[in-house]
Amino acid sequence: MNRILATAGSEFRIALRNRWVTIAVVMMTLFSMVLSAAGSAPSGALGADRLSVIVASLTSLAVYLVPLVALLMSFDAIAGEVERGTLSLLLTYPVSRAEILLGKLLAHLAILALAVAVGYGVAAIAAVLVDENAAQGLPSLIRLMWSSVLLGATFLGIGYGLSAMARRPSGAAGLAIGLWLVMIVLYDLGLLAAVVADNGGVFTTQVFPYALLANPADAFRLFNLAASEATAAASGVSGAANSIPVWQSLVSIVVWPVLAMGFAIAAFRKVTP
Amino acid sequence: MTKTLTLLQLTKTFQGVKALTDVSLDVAPGERVALLGHNGAGKSTMMKIILGLIGHDSGTVQVTGAAPGSPEARRHTAYLPENVAFHPALTGLEQIRHYLALRGEAPGLAMDLLERVGLGAAARRRIGTYSKGMRQRVGLAQALIGKPQLLVLDEPTSGLDPVSRRDFYALLDGLAAEGASILLSSHALTEVEARTDRILILSKGVLVAQGSLPDLRREAALPVMLHVVPRAADFAAVAEALPGARAVGGALHLTCAQDEKLAVLSRITGLGAQVADLDVLPPSLEDIYSHFSRRDGQ
Repeated sequence: MNRILATAGSEFRIALRNRWVTIAVVMMTLFSMVLSAAGSAPSGALGADRLSVIVASLTSLAVYLVPLVALLMSFDAIAGEVERGTLSLLLTYPVSRAEILLGKLLAHLAILALAVAVGYGVAAIAAVLVDENAAQGLPSLIRLMWSSVLLGATFLGIGYGLSAMARRPSGAAGLAIGLWLVMIVLYDLGLLAAVVADNGGVFTTQVFPYALLANPADAFRLFNLAASEATAAASGVSGAANSIPVWQSLVSIVVWPVLAMGFAIAAFRKVTP
Repeated sequence: MTKTLTLLQLTKTFQGVKALTDVSLDVAPGERVALLGHNGAGKSTMMKIILGLIGHDSGTVQVTGAAPGSPEARRHTAYLPENVAFHPALTGLEQIRHYLALRGEAPGLAMDLLERVGLGAAARRRIGTYSKGMRQRVGLAQALIGKPQLLVLDEPTSGLDPVSRRDFYALLDGLAAEGASILLSSHALTEVEARTDRILILSKGVLVAQGSLPDLRREAALPVMLHVVPRAADFAAVAEALPGARAVGGALHLTCAQDEKLAVLSRITGLGAQVADLDVLPPSLEDIYSHFSRRDGQ
């Protein structure tokens, strides 16, 4: 445990000096503020409190931004150590590869949690200031925060795995961006196209719900929107997948980080310095 | 006495090319062993196998009685890689504190370690601002953590100035005196001659010689060179008395085998006042090293 904490401490310090902490916090805060300003229009008409509406908008934002920030922080984790030549010395220390990765994960998760807390917090404060009923939306905000951290953990793990597979930071960065495009953007577009083409057939009723659960970002969206009172405020995916019970999406967002770290550890074990 | 490190018929092949062939050696506690060889002779490969960073094809390796790379072996082994590198954003102090924590030692010892290698004043500066020699000292400081039983040092003195080198070897002497085994690699025999107990010469993955410097000198049996300066008037007479000598300027150069050295010397001194000066040049360390490292295949 000490070794994990020591690794986390050094990694956090490095991220702080490389401005990653600042970048992550500023990015989340800026986007949250823009969203809460832009999303102010529809509130009263829906009858939902202001915060719940903002949580629904933040969910759509987090689906894009949290994986991106996580991949940006993690792509260098192993490949960077290989390129700098620091890995061979580190691996002669009595510390396991899993401990090294868990230490990095802890530091990066702390940064992500900080960014999410500050970013969402700013949006929440803005909501509370305008709408006195906004406190009703607090549980969904807290749910959004911890599920965002879990979503981040998934993509951190995947990022470490890609970093170990690529061995070079430039290659790892390419893989990370490609993965983000495929899992976050193209995946949904593909599903949408398939649903349209299927026109209510077997795919839409049998395969589609599981296809959503299989993608950690979609499962995250489902979990937050399904559990939120402001579902109606969000368009698209949730409506088509109303049939999916909340516990299934919860299982997906909890299991994914474990799978991702398993993949990362397996890929890291194959690296010879 | 149990050996700290034992290699038995170690063989390693990279894509069909033999990097190490049947290498056997051992290192006892408190022994300082130098590993010499050209670039590509297999020094770094051997070290990486000992550290468990890469596997081997056949033969056995035992590090402090355990398998290389096992938690037990790693706990007792310190490593200084060639061209050691650290994260540039951390300070020397933070980096050493981190390594102390990984070895389960108190991070508070970091400043002492850095002072031991002469980096006390720069401890709070980022490693990114360090010179190569300073990075090498950080590398040395981390190798001193936690009383290692075996130190594996890959070209430890590269980048160090002569004074730092002397300090470095003094540190090693202290460690060896406390019972640590030291295996270090180097390009230059001249550098390690006085500071190590035993020398191993690796050539193309084969251990071609091992022993103390006098052992190697004897085994190589390289000829001794004698430079004789006759008095100008007696040049011809001296040249006649020493058949086989070559005239170089005003001097005569001749070589003889080690065991003939005394006989030749007495012949020269027998010439009395005809000889103005005499130099005996034993084979240099570089000659001995080239003799062994080239014997194979060249």
